Amino acid sequence: MKTRHDCQRAGMIPARWQKPQTHNYEAGVGNLIDIKDVSHTFATDGGPLHVLDHLNISVPDGGFCAVVGPSGCGKSTLTRLIAGLMIPDKGEVWLHDERVKSPRSTVGMAFQNPVLLEWRSILKNVMLPLEIVPTKLTRKQQVERAEFLLALVGLEGFEDKKPSELSGGMRQRASLCRSLVHSPEVLILDEPFGALDAFTREDLWQTMHKVKAEEPFTGVLITHDLRESLFLGDQVVVMSGRPAHAQYVMDIPFNGPRVLDDLYSAETAERLAILRHQIEIAQGRAKAENPA
Amino acid sequence: MKFQKILVPLVAMVIFLILWELLVWANGWPNYKMASPSDLWPAYARYGELFVIYGWQTLWRTVVGLLLAIVVGTLIGMVMGFSRVMRDALYPLLVGFNAVPKATVVPIVALMFVGAHDFNTVLIAFMISFFPIAVSVSIGLSTLEPEYRDILRSLGASNMTIFWKIALPKTLPEFFGALKVAVTLAFIGTNLMEIVSPHGRGLGALFDSGKTNSDYPLMFAVLIALAVLGIVLYYIVVALEQIFAGWAERSPN
Repeated sequence: MKTRHDCQRAGMIPARWQKPQTHNYEAGVGNLIDIKDVSHTFATDGGPLHVLDHLNISVPDGGFCAVVGPSGCGKSTLTRLIAGLMIPDKGEVWLHDERVKSPRSTVGMAFQNPVLLEWRSILKNVMLPLEIVPTKLTRKQQVERAEFLLALVGLEGFEDKKPSELSGGMRQRASLCRSLVHSPEVLILDEPFGALDAFTREDLWQTMHKVKAEEPFTGVLITHDLRESLFLGDQVVVMSGRPAHAQYVMDIPFNGPRVLDDLYSAETAERLAILRHQIEIAQGRAKAENPA
Repeated sequence: MKFQKILVPLVAMVIFLILWELLVWANGWPNYKMASPSDLWPAYARYGELFVIYGWQTLWRTVVGLLLAIVVGTLIGMVMGFSRVMRDALYPLLVGFNAVPKATVVPIVALMFVGAHDFNTVLIAFMISFFPIAVSVSIGLSTLEPEYRDILRSLGASNMTIFWKIALPKTLPEFFGALKVAVTLAFIGTNLMEIVSPHGRGLGALFDSGKTNSDYPLMFAVLIALAVLGIVLYYIVVALEQIFAGWAERSPN
């Protein structure tokens, strides 16, 4: 397997990631993703649907923000806003001190549905973004880059297989590689593990940590799984019910690599209880103690 | 395995011919009621050259009509697949157009372009066969999951790139399914025109002359020749499908 150093030498990893990452939690400074006071209303057949209401979220460079919230609260709208696939009615979305007004190649996306192209091999699927995004890599380096990522997620030896020959978890791993192949600054994950069984999901959580250690990116993860948000995120945002704002933000200090056993610690149980309570408030099933 | 794949249909065909022969023999039907396979050989032997010339005419007209149907059908399908408004606007028109029996259109077209045999025939072959192609392409495109589009759109890809890289290849299995239907329809179109059009050419005209001259074995011989052409063209489409959309076929296990 190729190491991170091999890839750096080959110029596959942009220089901005070769320096050590520093987290900067100061508001407005060094944030890679800034969602500022965003409101959005959809026109539907049943009348206007107000989904987002003065939403504010900031994710520092290299951070990993997990977003949880009740169903239909506009979480997927949020991913489309960050990806530039939509422009909000009100408010602004900033990526790297640049206002997002259209899609940009510095974003990678993965969905619950792995949407692999059935007629392409796994390797060719992973390389798809490199056909769209301008890249300095030679053809050979592109193949090496894709092979490096596939090996990183444990799909070594499956390069020439077709998606239909892979299991659901493996397809999701390949989809993850595709979203990372062009070295995006921002990785947007919209419930990528939602359709997987519990064991496969836990496997993929660990893979995510492995990937994060090798491939620096700033992540936004939409999920319905509170344990997943705690295991993967260094910041968990609870969105309120529709129209949604950021109701509660929990910072999870990152002390050393996380292992699955951490999920059963007293600390995690406490955080889970808080998050569950916040979700109940968001769903309108519980009242906030401090309405202020 | 390969051998078996060819042998089985051949044996089935021979059994079919034997049963046909037996049916005619057992009922003692004269050849004007139902010709038997043994009556066909003399017809082929006598009109061999005509069968080759007319068969070629029928074949090329059908293929040209089909190619036209593919181009126009795909274009209409694309317009309907990408635009909701165009789909709502064009669907009733297309369905209505398709519902009109083409046998009724044949004399109209024949009168409209008197004497232009080739053009008329190709036109009818086209008119009868573009509908399934247009519908399948439009359904293939309009049912494309939004995530597929978003994967490329979020990277800043243009609509054209999305069409070439994802929408088009993803629609190919449906397209070939429709093309198999369109092949046989195009043959019907070609022959309708060839039979009806005065001083026509092609196998349809040969069929018509068999009718005029009470040469019943000739009429049956034409039918069989048409069937053979249809089978050949169908399997050419199947071969193309294997090449371009073979990925859609799952290995049976």
